[in-house]
Amino acid sequence: MSNLTHLTIADALAGMEKGDFTARELTEAHVKAVEETRGLNAYIVETPEIALKQADASDKRRASGEAGVMEGIPIAMKDLFCTEGTQTTAASHILEGFVPTYESTVSGNLWNAGAVMLGKSNLDQFAMGSANITSHFGNVINPWQREGSSAELTPGGSSGGSAATVAARAAMAATGTDTGGSIRQPAAFSGIVGLKPTYGRCSRWGVIAFASSLDQAGPMTRSVRDAAIMLEAMAGYDAKDSTSVNLPVPRYQDALTGDIRGLKVGIPREYRIDGTPVEIEKAWEQGIEWLRAAGAEPVEISLPHTKYALPTYYIIAPAECSSNLARYDGVRYGQRVEGRSLDDMYENTRAAGFGDEVKRRILIGTYVLSAGYYDAYYNKARQVRTLIANDFKKAYESVDVILTPTAPSPAFGIGEKMDDPIAMYLNDVFTVPASLAGLPGISIPSGLSSEGTPLGLQLLGRAFDEETLLRVAGVMEQAAGFSALPQLIAGGK
Amino acid sequence: MSYRIKGNTGEWEVVIGLEVHAQVISNSKLFSGAATAFGAEPNHQVSLVDAAMPGMLPVLNKEVVAQGVRTGLGLRAKINMKSVFERKNYFYADLPQGYQISQFLEPIVGEGIITLDLDGGETRDVGIERMHLEQDAGKSIHDQHPTQSYIDLNRSGVALMEIVSRPDLRSPEEAGAYLRKLRSILRYLGTCDGNMDEGSMRADVNVSVRKPGEELGTRTETKNVNSIRFVQQSIEFEAKRQIKLIEDGEKIVQETRLFDPSTGTTRSMRSKEEAHDYRYFPDPDLLPLVLDPAWVEEIKKTIPELPDEKKARFIKDFGLSAYDAGILVADRDRAAFYEAVAEGRDAKLAANWVMGDYFGALNKSGLSLDASPVTAQQLGGLIGLISDDTISGRTAKEVFEAMWESGKDADVIVEEKGLKQISDTSAIEAAIDEIIANNPGQVEGYKGGNERLIGWFVGQTMKATGGKANPGMVNALLKKKLAE
Repeated sequence: MSNLTHLTIADALAGMEKGDFTARELTEAHVKAVEETRGLNAYIVETPEIALKQADASDKRRASGEAGVMEGIPIAMKDLFCTEGTQTTAASHILEGFVPTYESTVSGNLWNAGAVMLGKSNLDQFAMGSANITSHFGNVINPWQREGSSAELTPGGSSGGSAATVAARAAMAATGTDTGGSIRQPAAFSGIVGLKPTYGRCSRWGVIAFASSLDQAGPMTRSVRDAAIMLEAMAGYDAKDSTSVNLPVPRYQDALTGDIRGLKVGIPREYRIDGTPVEIEKAWEQGIEWLRAAGAEPVEISLPHTKYALPTYYIIAPAECSSNLARYDGVRYGQRVEGRSLDDMYENTRAAGFGDEVKRRILIGTYVLSAGYYDAYYNKARQVRTLIANDFKKAYESVDVILTPTAPSPAFGIGEKMDDPIAMYLNDVFTVPASLAGLPGISIPSGLSSEGTPLGLQLLGRAFDEETLLRVAGVMEQAAGFSALPQLIAGGK
Repeated sequence: MSYRIKGNTGEWEVVIGLEVHAQVISNSKLFSGAATAFGAEPNHQVSLVDAAMPGMLPVLNKEVVAQGVRTGLGLRAKINMKSVFERKNYFYADLPQGYQISQFLEPIVGEGIITLDLDGGETRDVGIERMHLEQDAGKSIHDQHPTQSYIDLNRSGVALMEIVSRPDLRSPEEAGAYLRKLRSILRYLGTCDGNMDEGSMRADVNVSVRKPGEELGTRTETKNVNSIRFVQQSIEFEAKRQIKLIEDGEKIVQETRLFDPSTGTTRSMRSKEEAHDYRYFPDPDLLPLVLDPAWVEEIKKTIPELPDEKKARFIKDFGLSAYDAGILVADRDRAAFYEAVAEGRDAKLAANWVMGDYFGALNKSGLSLDASPVTAQQLGGLIGLISDDTISGRTAKEVFEAMWESGKDADVIVEEKGLKQISDTSAIEAAIDEIIANNPGQVEGYKGGNERLIGWFVGQTMKATGGKANPGMVNALLKKKLAE
């Protein structure tokens, strides 16, 4: 049973159903794998005791015929989801030691579906970052390395810990959250599948907020089918989240028919950006060919406001974050650094509690909402956001899905792009437009770069049409046949 | 008559606008399920949302929205079918989220009208600019510890209505009349209990002064004044302070001020330059609030008869003066009480009794209407006895006092005490005959032209009949007999 950690969720569920192994055995193998891959720093807190307890309970449920959709599957929980009784930090110092008395809706849904928690995965602080280097608990290391080099690469971010542990075969899957690309970009950097559902599909209740109008939870897995299985467990209407949408949750796996004949695939002209590495362009062309070969029809489309997406995003997300993070004030929970006055205490607490990137975004956000600048920045950004959403609306009148690269580069080295926030923000150039429009997107590993590191392709879909998205993603996954393994992997390569 | 303040340079006019924060009557808070009752142990009515725990989200309370719509309809105001909740960002220890969820550019209620009832039955319309819904903050308690403050979050997240008047008020009296009328309407509607001493109604008072007919002056805003009397005091103080400054050649600074009830003065809190930049923006956790017209129509059907309509009806149906009607309708329960007393009886007599002896007795005993020892039916019974001449008005006062003491019905007391009025002509005639026979001197005097002596004869007759003789009949019979 040495290969338990290499199974997909679908295979593991089948194996447990057949009685080949138990949830306890599967979990023990993963607990061991988590220990073996500690060097990746993928977890802020490991929870093996909880995992084993949950696994035993899972085996009992399965024995009594009450198996859930994710029954007995060990996963990592991004440390942005509040978990009852387990420290939840958003990778910040200001929340260090904070233990929620409540369980987020999405994590609760997963436990109800039978999933097992291996630990709380590391991330960029408050989900702000694209390289998982802003965590108070240290950066996460990508299990992938460049050919012939042992230089440490970033797993992407913000869901970097989730991506790394799934890629390293230490967790079968992980939750991520995506505000501007935080599921899709690390999935691409780490050679796994990452699905950002439509805004409103998964409840935000109990997820520490970064930018409320953009944040959306989603699955990070090693196969498209696994993403479908996990999304089914995560999604659903929640009366506690006013932006949650009351639509039935389908059995997403059923969408994986493998048949995409006649579907129209939009190829947005504006995503051909000067300076994009040739191999990214090539991977994109390859993806188009795979879909064409499967009977879909590629159609060139225009999303004319694409170039405004990044600046728009970097106004709206910081604006919302500047307000969302005001509650971390040292008064009621989390860190407090005393001062001579209330204002002093605020300043000391927040200066010590927040990292530089978080502070940068709070400052930007405060600025763009200020009297005298509001109309020029925040209000203008809201208007442009509507135009971007309209671009997609128009495009989906003639196409069913849109295909683009996920990120403008493969995983870069830790330390690169660190001194230039703008270069870092450019990582999100392909993922941010769909976030602003609230649309679903998925990143699928398509192959390896010339450096031997993974590349990802992104499919975007219509609102609440995750099924078509998964159907096309499944076909592309098949065509890509991505089977390469990272260098730093549980049990060794 | 307009209110003017005399300065060294002539007469000044005061321009006043009020922003009233009224706590919405609802079982739970604006965006959480926590309870709202007054007087609970500190921090015992606080949900995870109210404490702004990480990842918590607001969910709008439909009942509060209904109360807002009800209030808008009661203020004869425009109901905005789409409104937007925004975040008002500022840091304070009793504001857990670091922002207050409020409405800014798009409030739920637009322009409306409040009709003031002024002295002498006069009325005047004052414009309402808008009304919006917002969260209350918690309470900071600074006097329990030498160096630290305590925070009570029970009030955090409780729903408030902010009702903003146009700068249409011109005197402290009008401001008082406005607050009383607003409170009366809110109580009729059941949307706010109006208890200013419990903090469920507070006012921000905007005051400026100008020479009559000139442009509006620079205003100051005195925050959180919590009684009608204090509002009036703050206006008076603020107006005089501003006039003195202007007449001394200085400028009024647009600023926020605080009222000190112990001295009746206001002092500067922060100037415009120090004003917060609240960085309002639409709350991304909440969708725009879109009302269903059918739902609003349903609410409309539940709006009770309001003071202005009731007053008009009392004038028309009961023949009351505008002044009396205004007093009777100010309180919904008292108006209902009056109607029950007046039902099928002399409505004017009923009004006099309710407003005079009855309310007087209530005030004196410090009792509320529902704890009163005399019910509307009982008071009605008393008035019936006056109307059918069973007892005189004067006797009625004695009976009423006995009713108040014992809670017994009027007819029972009249019977027990033998207070029934003598309307039997022969009995009164017999008494008069005796008095005339025994007092020839007085009879002489009267007949000789001293007609004022009639009063003496009336007194003697009443005395002889134990005060029970019908005064009208006594008068008539005396005049007849003395003329013989």
